[in-house]
Formats: sequence, structure tokens, C-alpha cells
Amino acid sequence: MSESHDHPKEVATTDSHASAAHADHAHHDMHLGLYLGVGGFLLFATVVTVWLSFVDFGSHAANWIVAMAVATVKVGFVAAIFMHLKGEKWMIWKFLLFTVFFCAGLFLLTLFHYADPIFGTSYTTH
Amino acid sequence: MQIPHEVTARPDTGLYNAKLGIWLFLASEVMLFGGLFSAYIFLRMGAEDGYWPRGLLNVPVGALNTAILIASSVTVVLAWASLKMRKFSQYKLWMGISIICGAIFLIVKLAYEWPQKFDHFGAFIKQSELAQYEPYLGNAYLKEKGLPPRVEISGHLHGVEITAEPAGKEKLDAFLQDHHLKMEAGHDAAHPGVQLVTGKHLKPGTVEQLEKVPGVKLVAFEVALDPINAEPTNPESDKPHFWYKGATEKIGKIEREDVETWSAFAPKHSSYFAVYFTITGLHGLHVLAGVLIMIYLWLPIAGGANMFKRNPEHLANRVEVVGLFWHFVDLVWIFVFPIFYLL
Amino acid sequence: MFTAATAHAHDDHAHAHDDHHEPGFWRKWVFSTDHKMIGVQYGVTGLAFLMFGFMLMMIMRWQLANPGMPVPVIGGMLQTFFGPSAFQSTADGVKGVLTADGYNAFGAMHGTIMVFFGIVPVAFAAFGNFVVPLQIGAIDMTFPRINMASFWCFFVSCIFMLVSFFVPGGAAKSGWTSYPPLAGIADMGPGIDPFMNGQTLWLTGMIFNITASLLGSVNFIATIIQLRAPGMTWMRLPFFVWAQFVTAFLLLLAFPPLEAAGVMQFMDRVFGTSFFMPTGLIVNGAIAQWSGGGSPILWQHLFWFLAHPEVYVLILPGIGMVAEIIACNTRKPLYGYKAMVGAIFVLGFLSFIVWAHHMYMTGMGAIVAAFFQTTTIMISIPSVILVTALMLSLWGGSIRFTVPMLFAAAFLPMFGIGGLTGIPLAFNSVDLYLHDTYYIIGHFHYVVAPGTIFAIFAGVYHWYPKATGRMMNDFLGKMHFWLSLIFMNGIFFPMFLQGMAGVHRRWYDGGGRFLADGTQELTYQLAGPVLHWNSFMSTSAFLLGIAQLPFIFNFCWSMFYGRKATDNPWHATTVEWDTPTPPPHGNFIKDISVHRGPYEYSVPGADKDYTPQTEAPKSAQLPPGAVPAAAAAH
Repeated sequence: MSESHDHPKEVATTDSHASAAHADHAHHDMHLGLYLGVGGFLLFATVVTVWLSFVDFGSHAANWIVAMAVATVKVGFVAAIFMHLKGEKWMIWKFLLFTVFFCAGLFLLTLFHYADPIFGTSYTTH
Repeated sequence: MQIPHEVTARPDTGLYNAKLGIWLFLASEVMLFGGLFSAYIFLRMGAEDGYWPRGLLNVPVGALNTAILIASSVTVVLAWASLKMRKFSQYKLWMGISIICGAIFLIVKLAYEWPQKFDHFGAFIKQSELAQYEPYLGNAYLKEKGLPPRVEISGHLHGVEITAEPAGKEKLDAFLQDHHLKMEAGHDAAHPGVQLVTGKHLKPGTVEQLEKVPGVKLVAFEVALDPINAEPTNPESDKPHFWYKGATEKIGKIEREDVETWSAFAPKHSSYFAVYFTITGLHGLHVLAGVLIMIYLWLPIAGGANMFKRNPEHLANRVEVVGLFWHFVDLVWIFVFPIFYLL
Repeated sequence: MFTAATAHAHDDHAHAHDDHHEPGFWRKWVFSTDHKMIGVQYGVTGLAFLMFGFMLMMIMRWQLANPGMPVPVIGGMLQTFFGPSAFQSTADGVKGVLTADGYNAFGAMHGTIMVFFGIVPVAFAAFGNFVVPLQIGAIDMTFPRINMASFWCFFVSCIFMLVSFFVPGGAAKSGWTSYPPLAGIADMGPGIDPFMNGQTLWLTGMIFNITASLLGSVNFIATIIQLRAPGMTWMRLPFFVWAQFVTAFLLLLAFPPLEAAGVMQFMDRVFGTSFFMPTGLIVNGAIAQWSGGGSPILWQHLFWFLAHPEVYVLILPGIGMVAEIIACNTRKPLYGYKAMVGAIFVLGFLSFIVWAHHMYMTGMGAIVAAFFQTTTIMISIPSVILVTALMLSLWGGSIRFTVPMLFAAAFLPMFGIGGLTGIPLAFNSVDLYLHDTYYIIGHFHYVVAPGTIFAIFAGVYHWYPKATGRMMNDFLGKMHFWLSLIFMNGIFFPMFLQGMAGVHRRWYDGGGRFLADGTQELTYQLAGPVLHWNSFMSTSAFLLGIAQLPFIFNFCWSMFYGRKATDNPWHATTVEWDTPTPPPHGNFIKDISVHRGPYEYSVPGADKDYTPQTEAPKSAQLPPGAVPAAAAAH
């Protein structure tokens, strides 16, 4: 185990096993602004979501698409920045991509249960 | 015996155990909420016209809760960054704020939003009787404008009309006294047997119990109507509004026999409330779990904040893991908010 | 070989660890965090449930062969035990006639118990827990306490399932699939508690069971990714580890939608929601209390989204075990190891998008039906690759017919029959006819009974010496094998004949019965020509039950009186045989590093016919005391 880590002065550590993954201090200092910026953007986007839902885009379906697009952008920022998915290991990306694919499969295949070009039904009714 | 890679990353995967573990767990959470959201889509797409309500939830309150969760997401990631920089007091501050935010979210949900719904009354009118209630529903007007019809009348219960058999009078009186209700007879001249039960504490749940008192039969509901039923043909009622408006002063009367199903805005009321309470309930459980774990990591105990002296990197890892969970909870809410409150 | 460096080399001395001294009784045997003990706990619980589920089935088979007749000998006892909801007396007052409700409850619980409480806990959780960390050279699972939580969550679910037999109304009786609205209205009404009733307890039990599976599968994946010993690269993993890896992903991603659905059905039953209750539902002639607006089809989607991958959860660990045993007993490498690894991933992937082939009868539209038909046919390709590779592995081997090898060898044709009879069912036009007949029952039982359960037996005989330090008796094992093979086929093969004749899987009288004068009294005319198979199949079932006695005796007796096993009795190459027997807490007494692939049997030029994965190449032999670079990396 690497024991070469030098601890910051303000911390009274009693052992030398703290870290082999070196915390790059400057690196994280830089990110604080990013986190606050993304947080601000998300709050702004929430306001936008509410506002857009009262705008008439011609059909309710259009409102849905707009709202889901905004939500997806927000979620993308949370995942990429707060959850560090940007720059995360490929291993994690791999199984998350499969998860998203299966989830989409569950949504769509379930939804189009009754879709039938012969009888002209489109999506689910019961 | 120490499991390898508990704190430090495994060189070839670049991950420490808990980080991989939480991501796997979150993948399964995606599928869990995916199942619930697919139920939402399936039920909503399959709902008959008029059976999927809009504008019943309080948008400003929901937006406030969204903002609180987003803010707490920011503070959790700042708490983690503070630990990475080995700034303990900053960690305590940011983590403390995150805990408070999570708690406020839960309080708003459990102490304000949910109880409000449990007190609200709604009744679906039988298809064959819809015409009778046209003044409250305005379906001719809606048809003209190409809008979906209304089949439900909702509001606050003002009173219920009942008939009671004399044999069960004692039990009925006891019930009324227990629930601080009063009863007046003969207010309907045409039906002298009908008595009106009113009171400040008359909630849909109370009426369900009242119905179980022997000999009592529900005849009609008197409802302080929601704006949408009070003025159904007002163009203002065509679509939901930002500011939530409570029930009006206008009283409407609904005969029990014209009603298909009635209840509070509880899970059993309709598919909408079933999905709403199930998803927000499960989400609330996740918030609760997150808050409890964050409290654990904030308290000066061996597995929590005291780890900082012994092994700050391990504590930072723990905070990162709970942070990932917390961001996921936030992420779910970002979808929940528009699909229930807005769309 | 290196000197006495141990797994404790990784110790973080700043922590105080509880295992520096021997754990006490409770920590060692009950609330253990040791993966081997948890594996054994899962194994014993699961085997007990397999036996219990089998007994339920034997009672049902009695009823099918002799409808309305009291169960002989134990009938009175059964009636006392299970109560009036499951058993009644004949007109003459003889106790022990299985009621229609009882038959339904036993059928539903047989399915549930065999799948979720028998095979998955044994094949996945028990063997996975015991074998996988050993095979990858790990000292334990990544999250030992979560591992323990997984078992105890499972244990709670077992309690719920068992309790449900003894509440008023009896256990859940809407099939293991719990289709609403039937499942929504079952076990309700006056005198029945809203929570303590069969169906609600079933749902609660399933929610705990699913949680246990999720905790377990996170642990398995993390262990396989993070705790492989130095040198254990991905393509050096034994095939069993690959099988467990894919299985864990199936559980991880397919189970949560059922958990969601379970919560929703629970809400339907306890809080009166109508997720799955359609509008205008009429129960007993009156409109039901539910507000309506729900969809029974939604449950079927969410259920089968799990339950189809679940089929592969049942079979993949079996294939993994069989692969290990075949390679070891043919003394040659697996044929097409890489192709098998590829196939198992394709199989895992496709298993997520075939689920609605269970639902052709729901009136689904042509687009989705065609989609699922196509993917279902596609999934047979990787399945066939796996079985073919295992078959070809036998080719040219000098096969040792040990007991595990007999079971493994029989697995191949049995699984083959099960798999091939599934292909017609993939086509919806054929399925509309065969749906819910005994043909289906025969098909999937061939996959799981002489398939997976044979693989489980093979695994038990194969790894028993490592777990207990003693060999199981060979003669009793062979007796167990041959009798099981014959009677398994005696039960399941006639099911194809009955099914093609149209006999429905849920007739509780088996379609009719023979009267004393030899004539038939039929409830359904179409059952007539195949009715005589009922008594044949039932007799086979009882004999199969008897055939398990040698196994049970062997299992218990050998633990104390079996021949002492060496550390590597089968001369196998994989890492689990490199431990002391039985393995101690922490598993290895030397540092493990892996130098070669998993199946180096009969390598030309080697000094013996197997080369363990941990054996260093001769040229790179390190001087004593040196620590190899890879081992020091962490």
C-alpha cells in the first residue's frame, strides 16, 4: 500500500493509511464553482419547466415533449457533473447504458402492446 | 481480515468497492422506478377521457420542493469536495445543510401536501347521470371547445345527507359526538326522513366510517365545489393554473346513487392518485433513507464524522457514495415533478 | 511458492477487526458474514424448500391420478396440518381429500417455492456464495455484511411464505404468476384479515425475496469485478464465474420491475387502489369496490419482464456448474470457451427483450407479437451454442464417470429436450393452441427439473468434499442418479402427449377419472385418450420421491462418516481447490496469483494431466520469499 500521501496541515491525522488515491486539491477547488453553477442552472431550469408547462405549444403532446426534453437536460447535468459520470470509468457507463436500454424497452414494448397495423390500433387501451 | 479495495481503488478497474456497489444498486433503482413510470405511462395512455386529472396538485409547493432537493444535491457534492480538500468544518456545514434540506422536503410532503389531499373530496359521476350535473361539469361547453369531458365533481365536504334507522340511533349519536359532528333533521321538506350531517371535522374518511354505522344510509353529498366545478364554463377553468385555488363557497349537491365511486384524494381514488402516492411514497422512503444515512455520517461517531481523524479518504468515499444515492433521488424527482404537477 | 504471506497482508491496522479472534457461536453459525457459511445457509434452506415444494407436488399428483380420493396414510395428518381450506373429508368421514382451493394453493406455492425459494437460492445464491469467491481467489465477498443481510432478508421472506399456508383461506392460489384481477380479489371478504391472508403474504414475501436477490446480485457483480486475485484476468475466469456474473445482472435489472409490481398489487389489495383492476369489474355478481381504470395486462408485462430473465437465472448457474464438471471429468479444456462466454452475454442481453412471448394470449397487436417472436427465436442461437460447446467438450475426452459427471452428462440431453420443445412455443400461432396446456409444463420442467436440478445435484456431489472435507458415497450417488433419471422422464415426457391432446394445466381433477369397472368419467372429453397417463406420471413422481432418499441419507451420513477428502480430490485446475479443506475464514493460507486459463487439462508436455491456475510457469519460478509484482500492486 502506498504511504506517500502528505496530509494537509489543518488535519491532525493519526495514521498514514489515509489515501493512496491522491486527492488533487487544486482540481477540486476548481470544481466548486462548477457545482454552484450547475446548481444555479438547475434551479433556473426548474423555473423554465414550470413556465413552459403553461405555454401553449399547440397540443398537449408537444408540451410533454418539451417538458421531458428539459427534464432530460437537467438529469443529464445531475448525472454528468454531480454524479461525476463525465469522466467516470467505462465499466460503469457500460452497465448503465444497458440499464437505460432495458428500461426504454420496458416502456416502449409495454406501451405498444396493442399496436397493430392490420386493425389500425396504435398504442395501449384497455 | 480486510477486504481489499475498500478505500483505495483497484488499479485495473479504477474503482473502490462501494462506488461500484452503489452504481450497481442505482442501476437496479433505475429499473425499479422504471417499472413504476412504465405503469404511469401505461395507465395514463389507457385512461378514458376525463379520468386523468390535471391541476390538482399545488405547483408552487412542488416547485419549492424541487428547488430544495436540487439545493441539497449541490450541498452534498460540496460536502464531498470539502472532505477531499480535508476541510472538516466546511464538511460539517454542507452536510448539515443537506440534512436540513432533506428534512424540509419530507415535512412539506408529509405534513402539508399529502394531508391536504386526504381531506379533499371527489366523486365520479355515473356515465348515465352526467347530464344531470351539467351545471357543475360544463361538458357541452367543453365539447364545443374540443376539450376532454369532465366526469368528476370535487371539493370540500360541507355535509352529507343520510337516512338512519331508529334502531341504530344510539350508536349514531355516539359516533356524531365522537367526531364533533351535528345533525339536523327536516332540512329537506320533500324527504322528511333525510337528515343533514355537518361539521368542521367532516372529512371523506369520516363519512366512510359513518357509512359503516348500523342503519345509516348515505343519500347525498353537499360539497363546497372546487373552482373548476363551480364555474365550469369559465375559460379560466379550461386549464390548470400556477397558483393553486382551494374550494369555493359555492355548494353543490350530489346524489349518492348517481355516483360511481367517491373517496378522498387518496390512493384508491383513481389511477392518477394511485400512481402519485405510490411513486412519491417510494421516493419519500428514499429521501428518508438518504437523510438517515447523512445524519449517520454527520454525527461524531466512529462510522461517521469521527472517521475524519482516522481515515479521511474513507469518510470522503462514504460521503461520495451517499451523495450518488442522493443525486439519484434528486434525479427521480426531476421527472416526478413535471409528470404529476404540470403535465 | 512464496512463504507465509497471508491474506492478512491487506490489513488496515488502523481498524480494529473482530476477526482477529475466532468468532463466537452466533457469529460463526448464524449471523455469519463469511461467504462460505452464507452459501451453506442458503444451500440448506433452499434444498429444504426444494423438498417441500416437491412434496406439495406429490400431493397434487395424487389428486390428479385419483381425483377425490383421500391421500393414503398421511391424509389425516395433512388435514390437521393444513386445515379445512386445503383438505376435506370424504362422505364416509375419511380425512385428507385435497380441495379445489387446496389444489390451486399447492400449485401456486409449488411454482413459487421451486423457483424463488428452491432453485435460485441453491443454484445462484448457495453455489455462487460458496464457489465464486474461491474460484476467483478472493478472501470473501466485497460486502460481507450486505451478504448476511441478503440471507436474512431471504429468511424473512421464507417465513412469510410458510406462514401463508396457515392463515384462514390458505396460501396464495392464483398461480405462481399471480395474475390480476384474480389475484386482486382472491383471499378477500368477511372473516379474512386484510393483511394476514394468502395472497397479501405472498406479495410481502416476494418483496423481501426480491430485496434479498438484489442485495446478493450487487455483491456478486462487485466481487467478480473487484476481488479477482492478481493474474485472474477476465478470460481466465472459470465459466461458472461468467455464468454467475451474467445471472447476477439478470437479477439486478429484471427483478426491480416485479418489486414495483408487487408493491402495486399490494396497494391494490391493502389500500384499495386499482393499478391492475379494470373498470366495471364484477365479483360475485356485484360491481367490485375498486375505482377501476387499471389494467391486468400491465401486471403481466411487469411480471414477465422479470419472470422471463428468471428462466435464465434458473438455468445459467446450472450450465456453469455443468461446464466446470465436464471439463474436470473429461480431462480436457472446454470446447469454445470464448464462444461460450460470448454466447452467455448475448443470451443475457436477449433475455430482457423476449418476455411477452408468455402473453400471446392477451390479444396483443401484430407488431409487438412479431417482435417478441423474432427475439425469442434469436435467443435459441446462444442457447444452442452453449449446449453444443458442452457436447463437443465430451468429444475425445477420457471421461471419468463420477457421480457429478453422470448428472452433468444427463443434463445435456435433458436440457436439450426442454430447450427444443420450447421452439414451437415461440411462434404465436402455435402457442395459441399449446398455451396453458401440459405441453408447457413438460417443456419448462425439462429445463428446470432434469436440467437445473440435475446440475444442482452435480454441483453438490462435486463441491461437497470442499465444503465438508469428506466425499459422498459413490454407490448411493449412482443409485440416486439412475433412478432420478428414469423417473424424471416418467413424469415429464407424458406431459407432452397430454398437452398436445389439449389437457389444461389447471384442471384439478386431471381431466377425469377411471371408475371401478374400468370406464372413464370425464370432465373434459378431450382428456379421454391420454387420461391413463395420469397414474403413470403420478407413480413416477412418488418413485422419484423415493429415489431422493439415498441422496438425503448420503448427504447427512457422509458429513460424518464419508471418506476423508484431499484438498483436490478431482484433480481440478480451478482456484477453489487450492484451499485447505474445508477452507478457513479468509479462505487461503498463501497468496494467490493466477498464471493461466481455467482448463489446462492434459496439456502436452506437462508432468501431470492438470495444471492448477495458480501454478507459476516453470521458467518464471520465483525464488522463495519473493513477492510477485502483481500481488504487491494492491
